[in-house]
Amino acid sequence: MRNLRCDVLVIGSGPAGLAAAYQARECGARDVLVIERNAELGGILPQCIHNGFGVRVFQSDLTGPEYVARWARMAAEAGVRTLTRTMVLAIESSPDGARRRVIATSGADGMLAIEPTALVLAMGCRERPRGALAIPGLRPAGVYTAGTAQRLVNIEGYMPGERHVILGSGDIGMIMARRLTLEGARVEAMCEILPYVSGLRRNLVQCVMDYDIPLHLSTTVIDVAGRERVESVTIAQVDAAWRPIAGTERVLPCDTLLLSVGLIPENELSRAAGVMIDPVTGGPVVDQAGATSVPGVYAAGNVVHVYDLVDDVTASALRAGRSAAGCACCTLLAESCELPVTAGENVHHVVPQRVRLPLVPEEGATLELRVRQPVEKAVRVRLSADGDVLLNKRLRYVRPSEMIGLALQPEWNERLTSAGGLQVDVEEA
Amino acid sequence: MEEQRHFVCVTCPVGCNIEAKVRGTELLTLVGNRCARGVDFVKEELTAPRRMLTTTVRVRGAALPLVPVRSEAPVPKGRLLEIAAHLRDVVLDAPVAEHQVVCADVLGTGVDIIASRALERVD
Ligand SMILES: Cc1cc2nc3c(=O)[nH]c(=O)nc-3n(C[C@H](O)[C@H](O)[C@H](O)COP(=O)(O)OP(=O)(O)OC[C@H]3O[C@@H](n4cnc5c(N)ncnc54)[C@H](O)[C@@H]3O)c2cc1C
Ligand code: SF4
Repeated sequence: MRNLRCDVLVIGSGPAGLAAAYQARECGARDVLVIERNAELGGILPQCIHNGFGVRVFQSDLTGPEYVARWARMAAEAGVRTLTRTMVLAIESSPDGARRRVIATSGADGMLAIEPTALVLAMGCRERPRGALAIPGLRPAGVYTAGTAQRLVNIEGYMPGERHVILGSGDIGMIMARRLTLEGARVEAMCEILPYVSGLRRNLVQCVMDYDIPLHLSTTVIDVAGRERVESVTIAQVDAAWRPIAGTERVLPCDTLLLSVGLIPENELSRAAGVMIDPVTGGPVVDQAGATSVPGVYAAGNVVHVYDLVDDVTASALRAGRSAAGCACCTLLAESCELPVTAGENVHHVVPQRVRLPLVPEEGATLELRVRQPVEKAVRVRLSADGDVLLNKRLRYVRPSEMIGLALQPEWNERLTSAGGLQVDVEEA
Repeated sequence: MEEQRHFVCVTCPVGCNIEAKVRGTELLTLVGNRCARGVDFVKEELTAPRRMLTTTVRVRGAALPLVPVRSEAPVPKGRLLEIAAHLRDVVLDAPVAEHQVVCADVLGTGVDIIASRALERVD
């Protein structure tokens, strides 16, 4: 086993990993290493060939490959080292809990043991697999997750099928509906069990409506037929409790079923390392700088909670990279106190789950939250500390698909020192 | 006749919900756009909608069989399928440079198709 040392080790080279590594170098960490299991840097972005990336970060509308190429260049110029085709297997703690050792394996170097001063988790997320869905029937070929289909079509260059049905209306599913249509295949239908689309409205317009793809809300797939290969699926409308309504069944002939039913943060490594996981988000419990419950371990990007915009992923990674560098240079304040953040009325979750005081301007602390239920009229997003209202933000509508950001103001420090916690509520205005 | 119409601006990922009052193809007033580009978007939607096109073309001699490409500017919405079908027959030879023109003035639209990434040559 080869032994390596570094100041900051980043696991994963998606937009989160690259930005965290870049920022750690910019903030003074001497030796920053990124480990990536794939042959190329970039995480999920090389297969996201559509545009819509970087509008806030670079003020330009880039495709996934262009966005990630910029960050790879910036990281390289900042002196970040990278190891591709290398997979992290475990994160071990020293008996006193003060130090971390990362075990990785690579085709070229065999086993590696790396002792970083600070560690950034940036492993992204994976798709909810088919097994998580209760679709009965045989298991014929022709059932893919939307992201796998995206990889087949955009990287490997072959089509999953000729006639597709898409279950779920997440962004990847909608983007694939357009992609398959552009490649000359047919998308017979998109079915969503919820009464509203679960991805972004802009994707509904430019990926589904622009191409006249039939969209069925409050509808699910109840059966998949076919022995070797999918031959048809049966769809049915559902009631409020998601039970199929008898008499609404329809058989749609098709050869391929794509699943776009959500993403889950990839945290097997974090869990095994003793990092506290939030059962609601599926990601580590963090503070505003991405610090997890394990000292010296930070997290950023989709590994924390699923983002819809890459610009927000990058912002979270810049915060985590900065604090990882601070940890590596031992300049972090030892004395600080923490406030828990509670998801109140119509709030599904809030990240960070705890806020460390005092708030400092350079940190750019932001609360990121999603609502449980869409409200298609004016609402107020209220941030309070033990009933003391800090912020009352008016929005024209809220939807679970659109993350809401609330900037935390350092001028609140005094009001927060005696508080027991923060809470966010979303109510009709 | 004046009518109220709803638009989702697709110019950037913010995806503003715009309520517009229009008369035929003429825009009278609008609310909900967070920037001026939303006004241009609605005007174009009423007359000649355009969209960005992103797709892939085949490459010979690289580690990957495809290179992702995009239109340099939005193209007429009604011609997206036709342009995508045309690009399915294009084959490039590696190496490919980022932003290399893959197909100039595609189908006479005045818009170039460019590569979204670089691909090295492997022999
Ligand atoms: C299909 C799709 C379409 C999207 N469209 C848009 C869009 O139009 N606009 C927009 O702004 N955003 C979009 N997003 C959102 C944004 O791109 C993602 O949120 C972003 O890629 C997440 O970045 P990440 O770095 O957290 O994770 P990822 O990009 O997933 O990177 C994680 C990396 O970690 C590596 N890794 C994991 N475990 C290990 C291990 N044990 N050892 C070594 N390496 C490991 C993985 O191989 C991967 O490379 C889209 C996302 C998807 C999935
Ligand atoms: S109006 Fe401006 S901010 Fe809103 S989606 Fe269009 S371009 Fe983006």
